[in-house]
Amino acid sequence: MSFEISVGKRLGDSEIAVDFATAGGLTALFGPSGVGKTSVLNMVAGLMKPDKGRIAIDGHCLFDAAAGIDLPPEQRRIGYVFQDGRLFPHKRVRANLLYGHALAQESDRWMSLDEAVAFLGIGPLLDRWPATLSGGEAQRVAIGRALLSGPRALLMDEPLSSLDRARREEIMIVIERIRDEMKLPILYVTHDRDEIDRLATETVVV
Amino acid sequence: MLGAEEWDIVRLSLKVSLVAVGASLPLAFALAWLLARGRFPGKVLLDGLVHLPLVLPPVVTGWLLLIAFAPNAPAGHFLADWFGLVFMFRWTGAALAAAIMALPLMVRAMRLSIESVDRRLEGAARTLGATRWQTFRSITLPLSLPGVLAGAVLGFARSIGEFGATITFVSNIPGETRTLPIAIYSALQIPGREAEVTRLAILSVLLSLAALILSEVLARRSAAGKGAGHVL
Repeated sequence: MSFEISVGKRLGDSEIAVDFATAGGLTALFGPSGVGKTSVLNMVAGLMKPDKGRIAIDGHCLFDAAAGIDLPPEQRRIGYVFQDGRLFPHKRVRANLLYGHALAQESDRWMSLDEAVAFLGIGPLLDRWPATLSGGEAQRVAIGRALLSGPRALLMDEPLSSLDRARREEIMIVIERIRDEMKLPILYVTHDRDEIDRLATETVVV
Repeated sequence: MLGAEEWDIVRLSLKVSLVAVGASLPLAFALAWLLARGRFPGKVLLDGLVHLPLVLPPVVTGWLLLIAFAPNAPAGHFLADWFGLVFMFRWTGAALAAAIMALPLMVRAMRLSIESVDRRLEGAARTLGATRWQTFRSITLPLSLPGVLAGAVLGFARSIGEFGATITFVSNIPGETRTLPIAIYSALQIPGREAEVTRLAILSVLLSLAALILSEVLARRSAAGKGAGHVL
């Protein structure tokens, strides 16, 4: 088991309810926009509190309404790659990459800056400001920033949606390598059939 | 050029304004934070109270200070006994009056800059392992800092010009509470001192204009940032 997620949350007029467990690999959360896929990721990350249910990763309980467990985001060790990159605009690429790395405990880190830079091919970008990066470059840095924080799982929220075709292909190769070589469990939100066919080892329809 | 006495007036004005802004900066930021981020009953009332000095006749503000901080009033008594702080008819009182009159402007500017920080960046920082406090220090504060400084400079400009509450609260004592505007007013009362009025007035315009321009430059930097808004 890697992700075990069984949560319910009322948001305005709609009710989000999901219940699934994954066996590792890349699990796609698939469904039309507006059904709360991103909300599910936010609940796993700890940025949104479910009304009820339980969330665990590799047996580590992150949230359990019945037992009163609700770890704050900074203690969950979950990397989050957002749709819009969400790099810190006042920090250069290098400082963005090292932000979570510096905060992580030594024993939790499993990748060095040099390894991340080589893996993502972002060496030439290290001294640039986020505002000067293209969409594909920013998304690479965002992925590197998440990996360097020493996560035990990765959340990706439509990471390809703002990229053109060529950039998509590059990032997809990166995601495949994270899935296959780093063996990091990934929860991946999309509404694109092609991405699912290419990347997903499991699909959960929301 | 300016005589020794006039330099003393300028120095006193700068001292009063710097102390007013420096001492009220933490309070202004805390109030701005509460109004930008807080959700609590009485928020509308707090917002109103903070803005009150902006619309109240300054003479009323000065009179209220007089009532509150007279040596035998509870607040004045307490501060004098415990901290040796006396406000009435002292330059510290002029600073207090200036701080209260400047507070609404400072809080407004700081509140805007705190509200303009993209809260999703704070969420990203949390997922990367930052506690609330670390997130505040490394993300929220640096991103809102230009706006906070702009608010402080605006408050400084307002303090330099403060007249009504000051003269009501701490009167017009040469070398102690006779700041630039009060000195201009005093000189106007005496025939034949037009040249002094002119010099002090020009100085007043220059000081205020410089502070306003600095505040505007800082506020623009806050809006443009190093690409704030271009998060991708």
